[in-house]
Amino acid sequence: MLKDITLGQYFPGDTPVHRLDPRTKLLLTVVYIVALFMVNTWGGYALCIAALGAVMAVSHIRPRALLKGLRPLVFIIVFTAVLNLFFTAGDDVLFRWRFIKITYTGLERAVSMVLRVMLLVSGTFLLTYTTSPLAITDGLERLLSPLKKLRVPVYELSLMMCIALRFIPLLIEETDRIMSAQKARGADLETGTLPERAKALLPLLIPLFVSSFRRADELALAMECRCYNGGEGRTRMKQLRMAGRDAVAFALGGLLVAGILLLRRLGI
Amino acid sequence: MDPVIRVENITYTYPDSERPALDGATLDVAPGSFVAVLGSNGSGKSTLAKHLNAILLPDGGRVLVKGMNTTHEEHLLAIRRCVGMVFQNPDNQIVANVVEDDVAFAPENLGVDPAEIRRRVDGALKQVGMYDFRLHAPHLLSGGQKQRVAIAGVLAMEPEVLVLDEPTAMLDPAGRREVISAVEALCRERGITVILITHHMDEAVRADRVVVMDRGRIVMDGAPADIFPQADRLRALGLAVPAATDLILRLNAAGMDLPVEALTPEACAAAIGEALA
Repeated sequence: MLKDITLGQYFPGDTPVHRLDPRTKLLLTVVYIVALFMVNTWGGYALCIAALGAVMAVSHIRPRALLKGLRPLVFIIVFTAVLNLFFTAGDDVLFRWRFIKITYTGLERAVSMVLRVMLLVSGTFLLTYTTSPLAITDGLERLLSPLKKLRVPVYELSLMMCIALRFIPLLIEETDRIMSAQKARGADLETGTLPERAKALLPLLIPLFVSSFRRADELALAMECRCYNGGEGRTRMKQLRMAGRDAVAFALGGLLVAGILLLRRLGI
Repeated sequence: MDPVIRVENITYTYPDSERPALDGATLDVAPGSFVAVLGSNGSGKSTLAKHLNAILLPDGGRVLVKGMNTTHEEHLLAIRRCVGMVFQNPDNQIVANVVEDDVAFAPENLGVDPAEIRRRVDGALKQVGMYDFRLHAPHLLSGGQKQRVAIAGVLAMEPEVLVLDEPTAMLDPAGRREVISAVEALCRERGITVILITHHMDEAVRADRVVVMDRGRIVMDGAPADIFPQADRLRALGLAVPAATDLILRLNAAGMDLPVEALTPEACAAAIGEALA
């Protein structure tokens, strides 16, 4: 049952978006987020939605997948909407019943905030949907590599991320196994009050911790045997290379920002 | 020919233990040979393996890898590169999420040129028959496949010696066969020296030389055909005898006259067939 958890929701594919350099995608996601916060007109939102739709169409990501990703955020979205709807001050009252008052400004702000949150999250989802966790790690490492001069252990951090990702399925498998073992000996993990259930987790966590430490020990040994001695002097088999399509992507990103600025200026 | 590994009378005691794990072990390994190391639990065979690429350093005596003393720090990388090591649990040896990235780990550490890494990775994966799985995620492979990936990860360093510390202990029979066949091919076809630490007699039967350890020393050393017929001595050391040898010894005790050199089930069946004909 724990095996159903998927992390880093990556949908493998071979579209132009998938083939983009991870650095390009990371940078463009940042640009997109910043641009989203500059939007203050309906025209701007329309442009962002169009851009998102275009990327989805090119990368063959179905709207269903995005909506599924948004589902855990329903609470935050509703909360944002309610807060803005009921608690925005203004004179242009639209509806009033006892102490409840909805203003036109409030309605407008609620809709725009909800749109902003949804667009923001969808944009970052598109990044993780079309880029494997490994490629993201790799891209981050290279983007952050100037920090090496400030003695930030960029390579080590990315290796840590990579190893963590590698061991997630193993640890999930192991948890499953320990749970079965404890259940077989009469452990009750599913009923009882919250404190009782938390207590029941203890015999699960301890063996998991112990075995994780053992794994870490063995892995370190195996890495040493394979001549690992830090990030210095290392080479990489896969070299990231920017291609023509990356230039096109950056140009389109620039166009989006320019469009948003223009609409902001025009107030559309 | 000069031995590729020379172990001279080494002793070693683990920091938290009173009894020495190695107590005067001496061994020369000829290049290109296939040596199986047997011994019951606690006989010191894993400890010996860890001395061969300077994971552990001897308290007394010395270990020479191609003439380099393992206690000399400046030789460490050269020794590790020359003597590759594969462990029991394949899951805990694989670093990356993609098979080929994992195999590339060692040459990347060594600072090899990217194009050359690609060549080595493809070569190593082909040698263990895992080339078609190069883009797979390791956790979706079978145990035998994972262990072969781990072996490829070591082969990418282009080592001269491969030390395998019970590589099949966690595998099912099919996985064991896959791994041992791959290892045997590396020795016979590529000339890589193989030192196989194992519990399984049927794996040791395939070696050129069998070394039996007991209480930190090497107590028996010879060709499989010389070692295995000494069933009583092996049993006294807490070891089993290959099934074929066991059968032949029993039939001989019952009055037949079969050659004790028939160590594999096939050879055993042929010998019995011949005797009955």
